[in-house]
Formats: sequence, C-alpha cells, structure tokens
Amino acid sequence: MSILTLPPAAAGSLIARLNPCTRVVAAFAFALAAAAGGGLAAPVAGLALALLLAGLARLAPGRVLRRLLALEGFMAMLLLVLPFTVSGTPLFTVAGLTASAEGVRQALSIALKANAVAVAALALLGTMDMVTLGRALARLGLPDRFVTLFLFTVRYIDVLHEQYGRLRLAMRARAFRPSAGLHTWRSIGWLVGMLLVGSLERSERIHAAMRLRGFTGRFPRLDGQPAGALDWGFGAAHAAWLGAMVLLGLP
Amino acid sequence: MAHIPDGVLTMPVLLGGGAVSAAGTWMGLRQIGPERMPQVAVLSAVFFVASLVHLPAGLASVHLLLNGLMGVVLGMAAYPAIMVALLLQAVLFGFGGLAVLGVNAANMAVPALLAGWLFRRLRRPGDFSRRTALAAGSAGGGAVAATALLVAGSLALSGQDFLPALTVVAATAAPVMVVETVFTAAAIGLLARVRPELLDGQP
Repeated sequence: MSILTLPPAAAGSLIARLNPCTRVVAAFAFALAAAAGGGLAAPVAGLALALLLAGLARLAPGRVLRRLLALEGFMAMLLLVLPFTVSGTPLFTVAGLTASAEGVRQALSIALKANAVAVAALALLGTMDMVTLGRALARLGLPDRFVTLFLFTVRYIDVLHEQYGRLRLAMRARAFRPSAGLHTWRSIGWLVGMLLVGSLERSERIHAAMRLRGFTGRFPRLDGQPAGALDWGFGAAHAAWLGAMVLLGLP
Repeated sequence: MAHIPDGVLTMPVLLGGGAVSAAGTWMGLRQIGPERMPQVAVLSAVFFVASLVHLPAGLASVHLLLNGLMGVVLGMAAYPAIMVALLLQAVLFGFGGLAVLGVNAANMAVPALLAGWLFRRLRRPGDFSRRTALAAGSAGGGAVAATALLVAGSLALSGQDFLPALTVVAATAAPVMVVETVFTAAAIGLLARVRPELLDGQP
C-alpha cells in the first residue's frame, strides 16, 4: 500500500469537481489569510471554514480528527509553555507557576489557526492525486524543472519506502532491535546509505530507459480544463470568507 | 522539531522566509540538468521518507532530519529538493504548513548548504578514510544545530513571548543532533566506500 495514495475526495463532491488549480490557490490563500489574523474570532471563523471544506470534500470524520491532533511534539510543548511565559492577568496557578489569561488566549489562537490550515489543506489538497497536484503547479506557472523534480520525487517516494521496509525486515530477521545507542544509529546510517546506493542505481536505469523513449528532461504539459463557473463561484465565496476573516483579525 | 505549523509566525517572517526560499530554490534548480534530475529526486524522496523513521534516543524518540546529508550529497541542489519534500509532507501528513513553507525550507536548506560547504572543506577529494566519516558527522550534527538556531530565530522574530519557550527548541534539538552526527557519519562513510564518485563529482 502506497503512502502517497490517500483516500481521494468523494467523487461528485464539490471539492472533487473543482479545477485542481482552484484548489491549490484556495489552499495557499487560506494559509496566508489565517496567518494575517490575530485574536480569537478570526481563527474560529477559519476553523469553521476549514470544517465546511472538509464537509464539502466529504472527508471521514476520523481522518479530520487525526489531522487535528497531528501537531508535532515540540509545538505542543511550546503552546503549553506559552500561558506561563506571557505576562498578564493571572488566570490559574499550577505548581507555583501562574498562567495568564493573555497567554492562554494566545496559545489558543495559535492552536486554532494551525489546525484550521491543516484541515483546509487536507480537504483541498490531501484529497488530490499528487501527480494532479504537480500538473496544477505547472499550470500555475511554477518552473518546469521544479515540477519535473516534484513528479520524479512522487514517483520515487513509493519505491524508497518499499525498499526501506524490505531492508528493515532484513535487519529484523537478523535480530536487530532499535535501542538508544551508537550501534542503532550507525546501523540506520548504513541502512539509509544502502537505500541511497540502491535507489540511485535504479534511478539511473530508469532515466536511461526514459531517455531512450525520448525524454528530454521535462514532461509535456497536459492542458487541463479551464476554470468553469463552479470554480469562479467557489473562488468568490472562498475569497469573501477569507476577507471577512482577515477583517475580524485586525487589531 | 523543525516543522513550524501555520499560524505561529507573523507575516513579515513568512514573507522574508518565502523570499529567501524562492531565491534559493531558483538558484538550486539552475544546477539540476536533465542528467542530475533522478539523483536529486531520489535524495528528495529520502528526505521525505526520513521523517517517518523514528529512532530511540534516550527517553524520547526522534525522527531524522537529514538536511546535512542532503547538503553533502547535493550541494546547491539540496534547496529545491528540500522544498519539494516539505511541500509533500505538508500536503500529505500535515507536517509544517503552506504559508510557512518558505520559512521551513529556509530553516532546513540553508543549514544543508552550509553543511555541504563544511564537508567539502574538511574532506580531501578521493579520501575514504575515517576523515570522511568525521567530516560527514560534523556536517550532519552542525546542520541540525543550525536548523535549531534558525527555528528559534524565526519564533523569536515573531514575538517576544516565545523567547522563554526557546529552551524547548534547544531541548528537543540536542538528542536529534547527537543521533544525526552518528547517522550521517555512517551513511556518508558507506557512500564514500561504495559510490565515491557521488561525493567527488560535486562542484
């Protein structure tokens, strides 16, 4: 099972019927608008829009919930520390440390914004085939080489992940158990070294085969559909909501 | 410890990181001719997969960063490779974010370039001995340290309130740095013996 094939947006759902370019632009616009606002009202509006988008993509609730909790450990710690480091009106005291209302507000605001963007990105982009995403990036004017690199990387991630699993299995068969220590860290170093050697040789063979078939270093651009009425309608509604969100967040 | 999510940093920091990364990616792309494309893509995929590899380190479990290795093997081309991998991580796993993509890429790719430069300074071409492994180890560990500094810097620039919390960044970076030093020394040591032309061919 590939790590790149996420369940797509339900066929026939509004998100699935949108032009891929519309989805990419909408996702990045969402992230920028969320970054612009402070306070609590704007992030709440953002999260509401993100959940609406998730609904429009008919995402499974479990998937959305998992993404909500996916904040990396160090960010979670940072947010936990924040109430105690921001000075302001004391709210409560834990083990001699005083949490301020301002600090709690700020931590809450950041957590809401981070989660809103994560869910919106999942609904708009995570439900898209990565090759489609690459083509959309090309149509949006990113350099050919960047898009080619993106598409090649998408292709190799599966190959590498599979190979990584095979090597780890081989290590396990030889009674390797990861623990904290030089031996483990070096063994993993050699594992990735071997992964690189094997994959590079393979990539050279693939490249030779592609050149033989006339590949010149860039993929032909496949022109997709132009933006339709649905895209313009969705784009206008999306932009209006984001605009309102930015206004709400103004100090 | 290196993926800052969306919603944390302020607009000027986001725009600054975006500008640095646009320039770095553009410069890196110019180095990737059709011949090198598969190699860069493989490294980019390795960088992506590394975030899924968790290693025990003391009490905590850390995941590899690998930006030192990227810089050592790819040089300038490490920038676009890291950019692509971060975009995919953000879209597929929700690691990092979209508006912060530029900042995250800069935080990881600038140390990668420095690590590559350091490695080429410390190592003599054609050398496969312990010296290569040592140079690679310092590049790997140094890249993690530099990334931690840049992450702390991005947070500090976004608000004074983050300043006391920066010890958290340092505390999470220290174990990754130790693991990554040993890891990079082993990985590059192996590459130097098996595929030396990979390390010598770079400008």
